Amino acid sequence: MTIQTEPPRDSSFDDAVLDQRLTEVWGTKPTLWGWLTTVDHKLIGRRYIVTAIFFLFLGGIAALVMRLQLGGPNAHIVGPDTYNQLFTMHGSTMMFLFAVPVMETIGVFLVPLMIGTRNVAFPRLNAFSYWVYLFGGLMLWTAFFLNSGPDAGWFSYVPLAGPQYGIGKRSDIWAQMITYTELSGLAVAVEIIVTVFKMRAPGMTLDRIPLFVWAALVTAFMIIFAMPAVMVSSTMLILDRLVGTHFFNWAEGGDVLLWQHLFWFFGHPEVYFIFIPATGLISSMIPAFTRREIFGYPALVLSLIATGFLSFGLWVHHMFVTGLPRLGESFFTASSMAVAIPSGIQIFCWIASMWDAKLRLRTPLLFVFGFIINFVIGGLTGVMVASVPIDTQVHDTYFIVAHLHYVLIGGAVFPLLGAIYYWFPKVYGRLLNERLGQLNFWLAMVGFNLTFFPMHLLGLMGMPRRIYTYQPEMGWGPMNLLATVGALIFFASFLLLLFNIVSSLRSRTPATDNPWEAGTLEWATGSPPPPYNFARIPVVSGREPLWDRPNSLPVVTGLRVDRRELLVSTLVDAKPDMLLGSPRPTIWPFAAAMVTSVTLLASIFTPWAVVWGALPIAIVFTGWFWPTGVKEEE
Amino acid sequence: MRTEMVGDVAGLDTSGYGPRTLTWWGTLAFMSLEGMGFALAAGAYLYLMSHAQRWPLNAPLPNYWPGTVVAILLVASAPLNHLLSNWARAKDLKKVRIGLVLMSLLGIAPLIVRCFEFPALHVGWDTNAYGSALWFLLGLHTTHILTDVVDTLVLTGAMFSKHGANPHRFADVTDNAFYWDFVILTWLPIYGLIYWVPRLT
Repeated sequence: MTIQTEPPRDSSFDDAVLDQRLTEVWGTKPTLWGWLTTVDHKLIGRRYIVTAIFFLFLGGIAALVMRLQLGGPNAHIVGPDTYNQLFTMHGSTMMFLFAVPVMETIGVFLVPLMIGTRNVAFPRLNAFSYWVYLFGGLMLWTAFFLNSGPDAGWFSYVPLAGPQYGIGKRSDIWAQMITYTELSGLAVAVEIIVTVFKMRAPGMTLDRIPLFVWAALVTAFMIIFAMPAVMVSSTMLILDRLVGTHFFNWAEGGDVLLWQHLFWFFGHPEVYFIFIPATGLISSMIPAFTRREIFGYPALVLSLIATGFLSFGLWVHHMFVTGLPRLGESFFTASSMAVAIPSGIQIFCWIASMWDAKLRLRTPLLFVFGFIINFVIGGLTGVMVASVPIDTQVHDTYFIVAHLHYVLIGGAVFPLLGAIYYWFPKVYGRLLNERLGQLNFWLAMVGFNLTFFPMHLLGLMGMPRRIYTYQPEMGWGPMNLLATVGALIFFASFLLLLFNIVSSLRSRTPATDNPWEAGTLEWATGSPPPPYNFARIPVVSGREPLWDRPNSLPVVTGLRVDRRELLVSTLVDAKPDMLLGSPRPTIWPFAAAMVTSVTLLASIFTPWAVVWGALPIAIVFTGWFWPTGVKEEE
Repeated sequence: MRTEMVGDVAGLDTSGYGPRTLTWWGTLAFMSLEGMGFALAAGAYLYLMSHAQRWPLNAPLPNYWPGTVVAILLVASAPLNHLLSNWARAKDLKKVRIGLVLMSLLGIAPLIVRCFEFPALHVGWDTNAYGSALWFLLGLHTTHILTDVVDTLVLTGAMFSKHGANPHRFADVTDNAFYWDFVILTWLPIYGLIYWVPRLT
């Protein structure tokens, strides 16, 4: 007969012992095995962000080589074939390996901390998603260095990317890179939705959710409904190329515009996967520098949701010159202009939040200003190209290159840089140097505008996109030289950021738990946070919980300390509902990612790989799901 | 930061079913994204059809019998699937084990018929775009059945192991049943699209 004993709970221990017990249960061992098996959302989130920034530098170097090539007429730094690969690698890397992953996985790091829980909903899936993403990115860049980089543009239009014109394995590499990155993106989206729905701290009702968390949630929903489009289309592309299907082959009843519809049904929401989290970052940073709550919280939340919905009705504006019916063009012009309304509401709310406040002009806030200025310029040219006659004139010119970089860099990279300065102390326990930060901002602001503003004029002068060189008589030389100088300055701003990061990490002065005196829950725990995030689960009674009660944090007790345990709450009211175990470190996600990645890679060379790979895939996933009888399963 | 204890949650449940659990929401999220994939594949089929002079393109009509048998088998499995879910909620291990074995068989049966269904399409994937669209839809749904059957088999093994009598395993059985409903439901529009839409045009 066994005697049932009551498990040890956090209510029985003082803070020091509790820290020790929870660290034992939730900690990751500092060994290679620990590194491969960890399921801690902070370690995986940090790993994701660092990897995405590594890809940002690779994509940035590709851009710099292109700018050097275009700095003057008749340049010979790279030839046309390398140039084709460079612009494809640049776009694909920036969209699929940097911007979407970095924005989604800032959520992997921040969401559990902001909502007061200890991990994401499916930690093993999270680990799996990282490894798949990493292998996909490495595959793409390895192929590039082997002269097999994709060369048909980041949207890989058929027939150029199809079996007839897409030589070698280049487009197959692109299509399979999509499978890796979208698999990982979808997995993270599922985790974020379930984490936000079911794991919020008690009292965090829907109207108290931090705005970044709202943004991450809306983005995750968009990913669920948009990413399947690119998975379906890239699978059709690879089937056309490898086994002779005819989805895009006009001669056998296929249609090249089917590709464009499917790609942009994903591709336009994708822009908002990047932009919406960025607006969430902005909304979450501003209150720390104005010392008051954000203005218009309900309007901001509704704007996020409205932008999410509207982003699904815009895709055809990428296809205005393909000869669509007039009614379709009018509808998509109207919807493209309509999306400016929720974006405008957000901008007015941010301005109102800062209006007449005693602003603390620190680096993150400078990047907020930079974001507003640059994004508004990009937004205005966006409204211009929503109009079919203007779009017809500037389509495939540098005007579009300028527009999309103002929207994407202005609308997402500037907020990201601000967020790096703002949350760096939480992630690494060190503040970044403020003076270097301010210099970083001004270099980025000047470099960015010098690079991309002249491109508006080049576009209006008729310079087309994706040309590897031009003749001196075109008169595009001086403006291109200016853009190249700007690109060098912009690149230098990132090198300065890197220097700031390295020197701050070597600094011996630790950051305090809440260096900005901010009000959201991630600042209630250590910098960096302990493996268990919160020793006791916080209780929330407002939107800025740390401002509501500045000297003490209300908490609930009763969670076990002998296993990884989470508090599950109800969806709308966030009332405590259940105590569930959370998985321990395990090698299965890494093994599953390895087997999946090898199968996907091999399938580029033989379709039979899918058949051979099925068995090992079934084995590793069975190993993953097989119960082990640990305390977390009680 | 000083903490102030305002409540104790030690007495809360440590397991549950349906929307109370994380796995149920995860399953729903995966069903949503897979459902979107099906909708887009169906959209691609209709798009190609709308651009074609005639449909099917240069191919005979598909034989609808194997697909109909699959539809009947899938729909016929629904009542047992729901019974199994109820037995799992009642934590009746014996009935759950029997139910899972039967559901595994009812999952394998349509896969066997599916082997006859591909040739009954009367068109190759590489014949023309119509054939490609048909094979794509049928391939997607076959993958769908296959993954759930493997999941059901693994779960059956787990329920026969020493880990079977665990509330979380019973919850897994209910979530697996929830997903099988989705497998059944997705087949019906695809079945209509593959076999009956060409007969309407």
